Amino acid sequence: MLAPERNWWKPMGRMEKTWLTVAFVWCVFLTIMMPLWYYMGKNNVPTETYRTTPADYGTKVNDFVAQYQTDTDAATGMPIVAAPPGSDVYIRAMKWQWFPVLQLVKGETYRLHLSSMDLGHGFSLQPVNINLQVVPGYDYVATIVPTSSGDFTIVCNEFCDVGHHTMTGKIIVVDK
Amino acid sequence: MATLAPTTPWTAGAKDDYRACPVTTLKVDMHAERLIIANAVMAVVCLLLGGIAALLIALTRWQVFHLLPANWFYKLLTLHGIDMLVAWMVFFEMAGLHFGSTVLLNARHAAPKLGWLSFILMTVGGLLVNGVVLFDNASSVMFTAYVPLKAHPLFYLSYILFAVGALITVIIFFYNIVVAKREGRFTGSLPLVVFGLMTAAIIATYTLLEGAAAMVPAFLWSLGILKDLDPGIYRNFFWGFGHPAQQVNLAAMVAIWYALAQMTTGIRPLNEKFSRLAFILYLFFINLGSAHHLLVDPGLSFAWKAVNTSYAMYLAVLGSMMHAFSIPAAIEVAQRSKGYNKGLFDWLRNAPWGEPGFSSMVMSIILFGWIGGVTGVTIGTEQINMITHNTLRLPGHFHGTVVSGTTLAFMGFTYYVIPLIFRKELKLKAWAKLQPYIFGAGMILVSLGMITSGLQGVARRHWDITFAGTVPGTVNITLAIFGIGALIATIGGIMYITIVLVSILTGPRLEASNMLLVTGTNNPLLESTKLTDEIMERPQNQPKGALVLVFAFLVWFAVYYLTNWWLLGRVWFIR
Repeated sequence: MLAPERNWWKPMGRMEKTWLTVAFVWCVFLTIMMPLWYYMGKNNVPTETYRTTPADYGTKVNDFVAQYQTDTDAATGMPIVAAPPGSDVYIRAMKWQWFPVLQLVKGETYRLHLSSMDLGHGFSLQPVNINLQVVPGYDYVATIVPTSSGDFTIVCNEFCDVGHHTMTGKIIVVDK
Repeated sequence: MATLAPTTPWTAGAKDDYRACPVTTLKVDMHAERLIIANAVMAVVCLLLGGIAALLIALTRWQVFHLLPANWFYKLLTLHGIDMLVAWMVFFEMAGLHFGSTVLLNARHAAPKLGWLSFILMTVGGLLVNGVVLFDNASSVMFTAYVPLKAHPLFYLSYILFAVGALITVIIFFYNIVVAKREGRFTGSLPLVVFGLMTAAIIATYTLLEGAAAMVPAFLWSLGILKDLDPGIYRNFFWGFGHPAQQVNLAAMVAIWYALAQMTTGIRPLNEKFSRLAFILYLFFINLGSAHHLLVDPGLSFAWKAVNTSYAMYLAVLGSMMHAFSIPAAIEVAQRSKGYNKGLFDWLRNAPWGEPGFSSMVMSIILFGWIGGVTGVTIGTEQINMITHNTLRLPGHFHGTVVSGTTLAFMGFTYYVIPLIFRKELKLKAWAKLQPYIFGAGMILVSLGMITSGLQGVARRHWDITFAGTVPGTVNITLAIFGIGALIATIGGIMYITIVLVSILTGPRLEASNMLLVTGTNNPLLESTKLTDEIMERPQNQPKGALVLVFAFLVWFAVYYLTNWWLLGRVWFIR
């Protein structure tokens, strides 16, 4: 709180130097981890994105459902859609549903498209715990390989008005 | 050797109105004093409003009670965010800026009328936003108000009024310093605490400008004047405001750590260059951190995210790690020079643990670093963010930083502002001794409850997670830990507000006679001027204990960080 002496530009002590060096090395390590994982890791944040509009995206989702629907979910009446491995699969977010229910095969690759028809939503796949932001006007493409099978829930984790907590969806993963 | 700022004669003039503080010997401009009091009072009022909301929303997320209906939960969560994260913090910081640019420099307040204009704008903005959120059901849009979620136009207008008000005080801060320098109120460099506050003020300047870039278009859009507002771009601008705003809190809090350490244990910074460099690192790199909120957004490249989220190369984190050593080390040296120099931690055992300024500072440093800082760097890692984004781990992190850290430091500092600036005797001293521990203990449970719930996938800003069906039953336990913590912290909060109100509303005006409130009659602030380089450099006074503590911190940091990479490696393959 007091004014320092006239000339305070003095060499650091041995301990300050030690800590500064160690802390800096740690910071460099933290930095390197990200590109390292980007090139070597299998769990990276998707970056592929296209501009879209709610109308265009809605049409794509409807075409997708018409083409690959196999069944209807008994509880919600929502179509269950099973597209062949390697194909583009679509999920549409809107107040307050994730549409449709996807059926995927464990160990196969899919291009998962996410966009919103109205507000921002949060794609949170549980209990896998993958979380992505869904923004209207942006078609966000994640290339995914399910590594576990069973029924998975999509929770909305971006506040989207008062029915937000009721917005859940489903992904079914079956074994090969 | 450090000295008090020289007491150059105050220019005699009709406008000058000051008193000399008997404890610090500093001059206190009465205009500044009144502005500090007004801003501090509004800060506490906002803390009270936000605190009531906090209790109710915590009792809602605690599944056993599940108190509020959904619409009220989202309404009060919006209020809680705004009143705490913005209003309480910024009002307190405005008080800090008026204080730092006048009292600590022995200088006069050069623009009191503008100061009041700023205060009125902020108060109107603050009250207006509370009213709009409470009475307009469409305005429960959270603190972030992500477009295209549309609130009432007055919602955005109140943000703008508040921000313009704050910007005026930031400008006054710089102006006061320039005037003080020109009038020769102080010579040489600014005191470290003012230097820290100036870092906060510079960050605040561009923070508020970016706030305008987000809120002015949103305001026009809510009026229908602007037809299209890109939600992705809004998110970018909003966090250009929202994230640096937290770094303003950070810089102000670190400045207050140095102040409290000096006021309660008589420290002298080990090396001014080292501490100032750490503040400079904040200044240059912290604005990049807005990317933390956009890491799993569409449309941004890996390189953009990685460079920004890491503050270029974690250089702002480096700044915090430097302070994390320099403050405990300075306390250790000051304590050792008093003779507490046996072993590694004799200095810590003999520290003034009963002094609220000391205990709140220590709790604040530990909780900020060990919980808030470590979790923050981890969830701010580009890929790891994918397993944490918008889960309860996020509020778990920032309740470690702005609540356990900043709020606790501000609370501790308030106890000294009451005798020194309000000139009222601090009442309920026995409560003040306990309050930092109770509040801190509650906040530890709040943060841990949130973080462990988030690890199990529980979303933030979510009225009832059991709808999801897939959350494990253990969530009920971790949410209960959070709830119990919130109750304890509420007790701490009530104690704080009671102490403040009883002290300022009862009893006569009384000139302060003592620096310490509880643990002694000595004046550590003045004692710190007797700490010479020669004493500080003696071998028995070296901060060996502090070095051990920061290395222990680094081990914890590494364990938590690497565990999260391991967790990330277990999710589905995704690219």
